Amino acid sequence: MRGAWTLALCLSLAAPAAMAQAPGSTVPPAPAGSDFPVYPHPDQRGVSKSDEARVPAEKVVAGLSSDAVAITASFDGSDILIYGAVKRETPIPDGPPLQVIITVEAPAEALTIWRKQRRAGIWINTDRVDIGAAPGFYAVATSGPLDRILLPEWDSRYRISLPLALRAFGGAQSVEDTVPYTEALIRLREQNGLYRLEEGSVKLVDQTLFRADVSLPANLIEGDYKTRIFLLRNGEVVDVYRAPIEVRKVGVERWLYRLAFDQPLLYGLMSLAVAVVAGWGASTAFRKLRRA
Amino acid sequence: MQIYLPIAEVSVNAFVLTGLGGLVGLMSGLFGVGGGFLITPLLFFIGIPPPIAVATGANQVVASSVSGVLAHVKRKTVDFRMGGVLLAGGLVGSWLGVWVFTILQTIGQVDLVVQLCYVVFLGLIGAMMLHESIVALRRSKNPTYRKRLHQHNWVHRWPVKMKFRASGLYISVFPPLMVGVAVGILAAIMGVGGGFIMVPAMIYLLGMPTKVVVGTSLFQITFVTAFTTLMHAVSYNTVDVMLAVLLIVGGVIGAQVGTTLGAKLRAEQLRILLALLVLLVCGKLALDLFLTPDELYSIRTGAN
Repeated sequence: MRGAWTLALCLSLAAPAAMAQAPGSTVPPAPAGSDFPVYPHPDQRGVSKSDEARVPAEKVVAGLSSDAVAITASFDGSDILIYGAVKRETPIPDGPPLQVIITVEAPAEALTIWRKQRRAGIWINTDRVDIGAAPGFYAVATSGPLDRILLPEWDSRYRISLPLALRAFGGAQSVEDTVPYTEALIRLREQNGLYRLEEGSVKLVDQTLFRADVSLPANLIEGDYKTRIFLLRNGEVVDVYRAPIEVRKVGVERWLYRLAFDQPLLYGLMSLAVAVVAGWGASTAFRKLRRA
Repeated sequence: MQIYLPIAEVSVNAFVLTGLGGLVGLMSGLFGVGGGFLITPLLFFIGIPPPIAVATGANQVVASSVSGVLAHVKRKTVDFRMGGVLLAGGLVGSWLGVWVFTILQTIGQVDLVVQLCYVVFLGLIGAMMLHESIVALRRSKNPTYRKRLHQHNWVHRWPVKMKFRASGLYISVFPPLMVGVAVGILAAIMGVGGGFIMVPAMIYLLGMPTKVVVGTSLFQITFVTAFTTLMHAVSYNTVDVMLAVLLIVGGVIGAQVGTTLGAKLRAEQLRILLALLVLLVCGKLALDLFLTPDELYSIRTGAN
C-alpha cells in the first residue's frame, strides 16, 4: 500500500495545480501493483515528466439527456440518453480502437444475503453474508465485450464490473466462501433488471462520437445517482467523466413521503380516516343502490 | 396502468391491486374474516416489501371491516357487548404480540415462525371446520335430528358471568377475553386481523350463534386493525396510503357484494367454502416449507 501512496504522491507533484481540465473529467490515478505499467509511463511515451505528459491525449466531453429524474405517481421507468465526444489535440492514435464504458449507479445500501438449508425437513435461512454497501441499481453499458476491452487491474481500480461494484463486506463473516452469495445477489438482481450488463450497447462513431441509452427501472429508489464514462485504450482507462443524476419524488409522492416520516401520527390517522370513510361511503352507496 | 407507491418505492399495476382488494373484500363480507391472511402473502408475491405489506394490509382490513360491520349493524347481527369484551382482550394481545415479534426479530427467525404459525393454525382450523360443516350438512338433511341450542362445557362454569343478549349467552367474561388476547397476539405476529381464528373460536368455544358471529368478529377486527395500523405508522413508517387506497377501492365494493351474497347462501355451505379456502392456503405454505426451493438465496436490504 505504501508503494502506491508514494507513487501517487510523485505523480501529483509532477502535475501542476493549474492543469487545464474539463469539468467532471479527471486524470486516472495509476493502478497499484509494481508489475503493471503506470499510465502515462514516461519511457513508453517518450516524453519527460513535463506538463504535456500529465494531460491525457484524449478526453471525454459528454452530456445527459436529463440530469434529474422526477418520480411522479405514474412513474414507470425512465430512459436516459448519454452522449458525448472524444476531444483530442493530436490525430487518432494507431493500434486497437478506442472503447467506451458507461456506468449508472444508484446510492449504495447495506444488505444481507441469506441461504436456506434443510433442517429437520424444513427449509430455513441458516447462513448469511452481510454486504456493507451494494448499489440498489447498477447498469454497465459498453462498446464491446467487457473482458476484452478492460484489464482486470483497471477494473478493480474503478470498480466497473458488477462483482466489483459490490463493496465492503460488513464485519466478520460467518461463512467461509462468500462467492456463491455475491453471485446469487447479482443473479437475483439481474433477474429483476436492477443489475445490468449491456455489452455493445454504446454506439461509437469514428472513435470520436458515442451515445448510449440507459433505461432506469420502474422500481427506482430516491437518491443521487452517479454516471461514469470511461475512455479506454488497450484495456487501460485513459479518461473518466463523472456526472450526477438526481432522482427525486415530486408532487403527491413527495408530500405523502414527507408526511409519513415527519408527522407519522397525523399520517396514520389520515390513513385510517381514508379507510373508514371509504368503508362507510361504500356501505351507504350500496344501501341507496339497493333501495333505488 | 402502472402506479408508483411512495413508501414502498415500487411501481405496480393499479388494476391488479384493485382486483386483489376486491377479492379480499368479497371474502370479508362473505365469511367475516378480515382477509389479512390472504392479502399479506399476496402483497409479498407482487413484490411489496414485507413490513409495508403487513402494515398496509392492516389498513386495508380496517376499510373492508368498517364496510362489512355497517352492513351487519343494519341487519342487527352484531353483539356489541361481546365485541367490546373481545376488543379489550384484542388490544392487550396486540400489544403483547408486538413485543414477542420484536424478540423474534432479534433472534432472526421471524419468517419461519410466521410461516409455521400459518401452517399449524390454518391446518387445524380448516380441518376442524370442514369436519363440523360436513356433519352439520348431513344432519340438516335428516330433519328428525334436533340439535341443542349450544353445548354446555367448561366455558359456562367460570365466575364473573355476563349476559350477552344478542348472542343469547350467559357465560363468564374470561373466555371471550382470553379469545380476544390470543387473537390479538396472533394478529400482531402474523400481520392479520385474526378473523379466521376468532370466527371458529366464537362458534365452537363460546357457543355463539352463527348469525351474530360474522358481524361481531368484524366489529372487533375493525378496531384491532386500526390500532395496529396506527402503531405501524408511528413506529416504523411502513403504511403506504397510496397502496391502501387502491386495495380499499376494490375491497369496499367486494365487501358489499360478499355481504349480500352471504345473506342468500346457507351457513353450512359457507363454512365448507371457508374451510376449503383455509386448507388451500395452509397447503401452499406447507409446501413452501417442505419442498426444495428454486432459489436458496434471498436478499434483505437494511443493516443487519
